[in-house]
Amino acid sequence: MSMESVITIRDLRVSYKDREVLKGINLDIYGNKITAIIGPSGCGKSTLLRCLNRMIDLADGARVSGRVLLQGEDIYSPKIDPVRVRFKVGMVFQKPNPFPKSIFENVAFGPRINGYKGDLSALVERSLRLAGLWDEVKDRLTANAYTLSGGQQQRLCIARALALEPEVLLLDEPCSALDPVSTMRVEETIAYLKERLTIVMVTHNIQQAARVADYTAFLLNGELVEFGETSRMFTVPKDKRTEDFITGRFG
Amino acid sequence: MSRREDSFFPNLEGRKRLDLIFKLVFFSANLVGLSVLLLLLGKIVRDSWGWLDMQFITSFPSRFPEKAGILPAIYGTVYLMIITALFAIPTGIAAAIFLEEYAKKSKFLSFIQVNVYNLAGIPSIVYGILGLTVFVRWLNLGRSLLAGGLTMGLLVLPVVIVTAQEAIRAVPESLRHAAYALGATKWQTVRYVVLPSALPGMLTGIILALSRAIGETAPLIPIGALTFIRTIPKSPFDSFTVLPIQIYNWTSRPQADFRAIAAAGIVVLLIVLILMNSIAIFLRNKYQGRIKEI
Amino acid sequence: MIKSGKDFGRERGIQLILAVAASFSVLVTAFIIISLFEEMSGFFREVSLKEFFTETRWSPLFNPPHYGIAPLVAGTMLVTVVAMIVSVPLGLASAVYLSEYAPDKLRRLIKPVLEILAGIPTIVYGYFALTFVTPAIRAVIPGTNVFNALSAGIVMGIMLIPMISSLSEDAMMAVPMSLREAAYALGATKLEVAFRVVIPAAMSGIVASFILAFSRAVGETMIVALAAGSTPKLTLNPLESIQTMTGYIVQVMLGDTPFGSIEYKSVYAVAGVLFFITLSLNLVGNRIVRRYKEVY
Repeated sequence: MSMESVITIRDLRVSYKDREVLKGINLDIYGNKITAIIGPSGCGKSTLLRCLNRMIDLADGARVSGRVLLQGEDIYSPKIDPVRVRFKVGMVFQKPNPFPKSIFENVAFGPRINGYKGDLSALVERSLRLAGLWDEVKDRLTANAYTLSGGQQQRLCIARALALEPEVLLLDEPCSALDPVSTMRVEETIAYLKERLTIVMVTHNIQQAARVADYTAFLLNGELVEFGETSRMFTVPKDKRTEDFITGRFG
Repeated sequence: MSRREDSFFPNLEGRKRLDLIFKLVFFSANLVGLSVLLLLLGKIVRDSWGWLDMQFITSFPSRFPEKAGILPAIYGTVYLMIITALFAIPTGIAAAIFLEEYAKKSKFLSFIQVNVYNLAGIPSIVYGILGLTVFVRWLNLGRSLLAGGLTMGLLVLPVVIVTAQEAIRAVPESLRHAAYALGATKWQTVRYVVLPSALPGMLTGIILALSRAIGETAPLIPIGALTFIRTIPKSPFDSFTVLPIQIYNWTSRPQADFRAIAAAGIVVLLIVLILMNSIAIFLRNKYQGRIKEI
Repeated sequence: MIKSGKDFGRERGIQLILAVAASFSVLVTAFIIISLFEEMSGFFREVSLKEFFTETRWSPLFNPPHYGIAPLVAGTMLVTVVAMIVSVPLGLASAVYLSEYAPDKLRRLIKPVLEILAGIPTIVYGYFALTFVTPAIRAVIPGTNVFNALSAGIVMGIMLIPMISSLSEDAMMAVPMSLREAAYALGATKLEVAFRVVIPAAMSGIVASFILAFSRAVGETMIVALAAGSTPKLTLNPLESIQTMTGYIVQVMLGDTPFGSIEYKSVYAVAGVLFFITLSLNLVGNRIVRRYKEVY
């Protein structure tokens, strides 16, 4: 099976003022796979994720250098608009952040602003089904999103991102605010989704990476320590620091 | 991929253009404020040009604009501020301490709080009517400095309370716990721990309140501040005038020369306000620095 | 250290003094209401409520006099509406710029300008209206009266910009960053984030800022006393001389109306209406502001 790199990261550096938080990352994200980024807090894993859809541009005073190729196109090239990148690369955040609107309007938000000309109701239904939420909400699409439980809200946020039919979905510790049962549901959803798109997930939970990820990248102090297939990395880590981290000796 | 390109028409160029246009529109809204400010200051300086001199500062009002001055208005404004401050500052701070440090969360407390917020929104002319009824007539203070000062005190009281409350609220809880742990009583904690750290914030609020009082005209009209006065008030029970009243009187006359001395009066009023606010900023920075050192 | 009984007495005494000071604010409200009502009752013994609220003329000096508040309320509303037409779009636009667009440096430059604008005494705005804005309007529309609602309304609107801007900005700043991020991640532009996410989420606070500004405009005195005229009139034409409720109070108070005369009492009736309108608006506005502060 030939491996296609959907995102290619080359010598990516990010600094805030004088502090360098990413120190030259090289990484390939493969298509239709789940890649987990793990590491202790403050290692730069969220920053790395935010570089992949240029959300990093919104952070005050962040400077980015290096290249991030999305399907061969450098998303940091001056002629690329960050808004167009975000249209192609979806993102789900740490805490569920639905808009204070109805369930339907939450999912329809992206399609509406991006000029969707097809059948909007069908798209909303499709997205909610993909996120595994349809059966729970199909009778109350007009209810406010805040009436959902935390886990449902997070799956709604996934559906909202899926409605733009992105090629890549970024997940920033998507289960950190959820209980175990909701976490399980979200993980099932993620596993199901990799048939259709490429997923990059930041997690502080090593077990979660082991459960869902095909590939894992271990970040420490802004440097990529090790990257490889999850099964291999969790059994025979090449680097001593990786071994220390996954066995819980720090972080 | 292909389905995506068939059904989404993001029209990014158009949206970005709209974004840029609105950004400029939103920015220009702020320019309106700035340009009016410059226009207003320019107009006033131009109108007053040549009229603002020592003679203007040291003379009494007169039927002849070239002889008229604001001496009694300056005295009146200063004396009025002293009375206002003596009344509003202790009362306001005491009320704030009670609301923040002593009162338990209750219906009555929230009633007082709502009342304070709403007092701040009552038109100043209504305070004038209150002052006329209560101070001038019921307490028989007459159309005096004292009646005016107390009226102004009531007007700025909510401002002092609210800003003092905010200053007290900003004092970290850990400082209070530290004091209690050393066996301090509630009042000792407030007196020696809370108040000193809340002082800069309170000071800013007080100067803000007094700036408001200096510029207010409307509440003193029912009190009966005079517009033509030949004496400087000697006691709190004397009649008086203040700068804004004097400015109002001169502005409302049709002759251009009176408008000019009104503008000169405005320049003096604005200089006083700028001085007060500079002091506020200076004090705030000084004390803030000190607290950080601790 | 064990506290002596004397210490406890002292603590109690201090607490009592503080409580009295806090209750004082309630006393002020009570006195406002009592003092207004006393003279108002005298007024309504001579003028019927029906005349006061349904008569369309306000002419206390004519014989026979007419005491219908409608023209004064209409005059107040005319100026207020002009002020809102100026201040709502400009204030809101300013708030959106400050909260969503402005880089930090520019923000720190703009905010003080707005604060200065807010700190300028209303008498100065009145002077500006009468000596600058009115001549400017008359240069463009020659038939305009020297005293008119338009000039007073425009200047009042400018005066209100900082208030609407800062209260609305507070409301927008209270919208969690995570909601903005969610929208940006879906490929929204700044404008779309502002209009589709931030403004709807901050709507109650924004409306509250309008209400409080409206209330402030209704009670504003010196600008209208100088620039709007003293002709109580039921008109929708902002180019005419009118009189507001506050303008009437100033007019009577500046004359030498004797205590106890019907004209003197009429001031209290007008002030009572003014108090009732502004208090109702403030109650609603402040309640909304406190509610959204609790939500986030």
